[in-house]
Amino acid sequence: MTASPPAIHFEHITKTFGGVTALDDVSLTVLPGEVHCLAGENGCGKSTIIKIITGVYQPDAGAEMEIFGHKLSAITPTIARKLGIDVIWQDLALFPQMSVAENIAFEAVLGNVPRVVRHSKMRDKASEVLQRLGVNLDLEAPLHTLSVAERQIVAVGRALVGEAKLVFMDEPTASLTKSETDKLLNIVDKLSADGVAVVFVSHRLAEVLKISSRVTVLRDGKLVGVYGTEGMTQSRLTELMTGHTFDSVVAAQDRNDAPTVLEVKNLSRRGEFKNIDLTIRAGEIVGVTGLIGAGRTELGHALFGMSRPDSGEITINGAPVRFRSNRDAIACGVAYVSEDRLTLGLVQPQSIADNIVLPVLDKILDKLGLFSAAKKEKTVHAWINDLAVKIGHPDDPITTLSGGNQQRIVLAKWLATKPKLLILDSPTVGVDVGARAGIFEIVRKLASEGLAILMITDEIPEAYYNSDRVIHMSGGEFTGEYDPRTSTIHQIEEAVFA
Amino acid sequence: MAKTYQKLRDMLGAEVLGLLMFLVVVVIGFGFASPRFLSAANLGSMAFQLPELGLLTLAMLVPILTGGLNLAITFTANISGLTLAWVLQSNGGVDAPTSAFVIGVIAALAVGTLAGFVMGVVIAYVGAHPILVSLAMMIFLRGLGEFLTHGGDISGFPEYIQPIGHGFFLGIPIPLLILLFAAVGWHLMLSRTRHGFAAYMLGSNIEATRYSGIHTKRTLTLVYTFSGTMCALAGIVMLSRFNSVRVGHGEAYILITVLACFLGGVDPFGGFGRVFPVVMALVILQVLSSGLNLLGANQHLATAVWGLFLIAVMVIRWIWNRFARKQY
Repeated sequence: MTASPPAIHFEHITKTFGGVTALDDVSLTVLPGEVHCLAGENGCGKSTIIKIITGVYQPDAGAEMEIFGHKLSAITPTIARKLGIDVIWQDLALFPQMSVAENIAFEAVLGNVPRVVRHSKMRDKASEVLQRLGVNLDLEAPLHTLSVAERQIVAVGRALVGEAKLVFMDEPTASLTKSETDKLLNIVDKLSADGVAVVFVSHRLAEVLKISSRVTVLRDGKLVGVYGTEGMTQSRLTELMTGHTFDSVVAAQDRNDAPTVLEVKNLSRRGEFKNIDLTIRAGEIVGVTGLIGAGRTELGHALFGMSRPDSGEITINGAPVRFRSNRDAIACGVAYVSEDRLTLGLVQPQSIADNIVLPVLDKILDKLGLFSAAKKEKTVHAWINDLAVKIGHPDDPITTLSGGNQQRIVLAKWLATKPKLLILDSPTVGVDVGARAGIFEIVRKLASEGLAILMITDEIPEAYYNSDRVIHMSGGEFTGEYDPRTSTIHQIEEAVFA
Repeated sequence: MAKTYQKLRDMLGAEVLGLLMFLVVVVIGFGFASPRFLSAANLGSMAFQLPELGLLTLAMLVPILTGGLNLAITFTANISGLTLAWVLQSNGGVDAPTSAFVIGVIAALAVGTLAGFVMGVVIAYVGAHPILVSLAMMIFLRGLGEFLTHGGDISGFPEYIQPIGHGFFLGIPIPLLILLFAAVGWHLMLSRTRHGFAAYMLGSNIEATRYSGIHTKRTLTLVYTFSGTMCALAGIVMLSRFNSVRVGHGEAYILITVLACFLGGVDPFGGFGRVFPVVMALVILQVLSSGLNLLGANQHLATAVWGLFLIAVMVIRWIWNRFARKQY
């Protein structure tokens, strides 16, 4: 045996959570010093596989795991670290109040005997690592004074001090500018030249193709394949990731004759969005897409009364409105399906029935002003039937439902308020691809009944195939509008990922 | 038999049924061990002792449901009792007219409510942690009370208030009746009103509840306000039972009320719990304490048994959740 063993060689990785299969017989092999990309849509199992390799989750029985030639039957985070595997999570897990040197080197000196922290030694170690990366940072600067890109570099440095030989980077460029991204990609190249393997997770396909030599594509927890990036195109990769054979039909229609429901003029809120003009008519679905941090969710929050715009006007059904809280917005017929179903969309441990009636408590009272069990049951049953939600019993905790059915409950609770404007923020996050179609079926049916819908989404194909108009938002502003009937999906993708 | 069990469980819930069965076992056990246990005198004395702790436990219950705690309950009760005492004293003491009593009761309820309201506002709007806020309120009220009373007892009240602490109505001790009314009121509030519903929901997830259009700050404020009112009621009952007010009376109850809530199946993290099982838990604690007392055990030993009992309950619940639930 002369060839060095692969950095990681994982086969037959299956992972189920309750009844949901997150990974189904997936394999992943990364060679030493290779830049490897893990590609796939949200919820395809990318983060699950990272968590298995780093020992956070244990795979189901039958998995074969090998790290740098060591066959392992179980991985714990400690073992993974010992074997030289490190992850740079999206939130970086750094200490904002501590200095650059402390952040980089503190773990390396933790095990020292005697157990005394020696600052000079930490500084030496940190500066050595930064030199290796070819960057200049003030070692004494508190971390919170650094830019996001610089913090990424600190996180990389910390991994190197820990003698990492394989580094996972989870969406490292999501919040970076173009030049910052280039800098980071440079560092990735350096690591690779140094013999450190890098597994890169990114939504930005151009980046993926530029930096990595091979890409492993996952879809719905299954392995689609491993491909060399030579000769691979963005659209081919998209096709592999989404499984869209592009037989989806554009649903867009002309709604110009319908009455206006929402009219927004020149709406701005400092640091979030500016000069937003938006009209949504009854029955119209308007998709808003763009990168994370473009101000889409913030706009949704302002329209739902969760934040107050600095300037501009909102008109609903012809009447100007000024929301002091989301209670005002709900009273005016605005409903908001949050992107964060877990902590904002549903009161998770409570029952299905209670979650549905929560926004409409006023409507289930008897003559004395007390809850009527009969009215509650009627409301709950009506919506569960109407949206065809598969449940056990209405009194079961909401956590017993799958992502798709939970999302239907969120829709049910808001439809119970009889809204005129429905804001959907990333409506398919954590929903299986199969169930996504069902959600959009409901959304289109609601639109056909006259509801105005604002759909915020990361998934450009979702916006393209389901909206009447697609708006590109970037840096807090609307930077382009596309009619799916006359534009191609690639035009929008190019604008967003440019 | 199995069918009856099934029926009872559906009606009451497994939690209540478990407590009920335990209560029956304990009562029968003490009944055999001590012939005096089931005597009218003993049952009567239990019925008079239970309500103070019961009312204070109700005051503790709703803050716990919202994921908080009200550590100021006993001192809110003391200060409310003190208010009533002050009104009576300044209107003739032993000879105070009934009108003074009525005004005193209203004033006492108002003071308790105000103490709760202040805590609620700070917790809801300032966002300070309930433990810190209620601890601060507790220390403030204790200091204030001790300053006003110089640490002594206030006594000498008109005869006609005695029945509130010692009398019977239709053969039922009046303090017990007050507790029953309070418990039923609390039950209705929690199970049938918007306020109660919102309290449960925000106990599980305050942000998701706010996103659903519930005025969570107002709800939280009201939770502590009503808790203060309930404390005041406890204070009034305590005043008539002991015919005196002393700041610090019932101080040992603070943690017992928390334990009674948990014994009654209230989720320590908020969001789940009902009034009825908590009342059952109170009865069990009272039976344990009175029974051991009759058997000649030291009062302190009875407290130790409470502690052991609660630990046992937690272990039994864990076993239950681990093994029994799998049948479903």
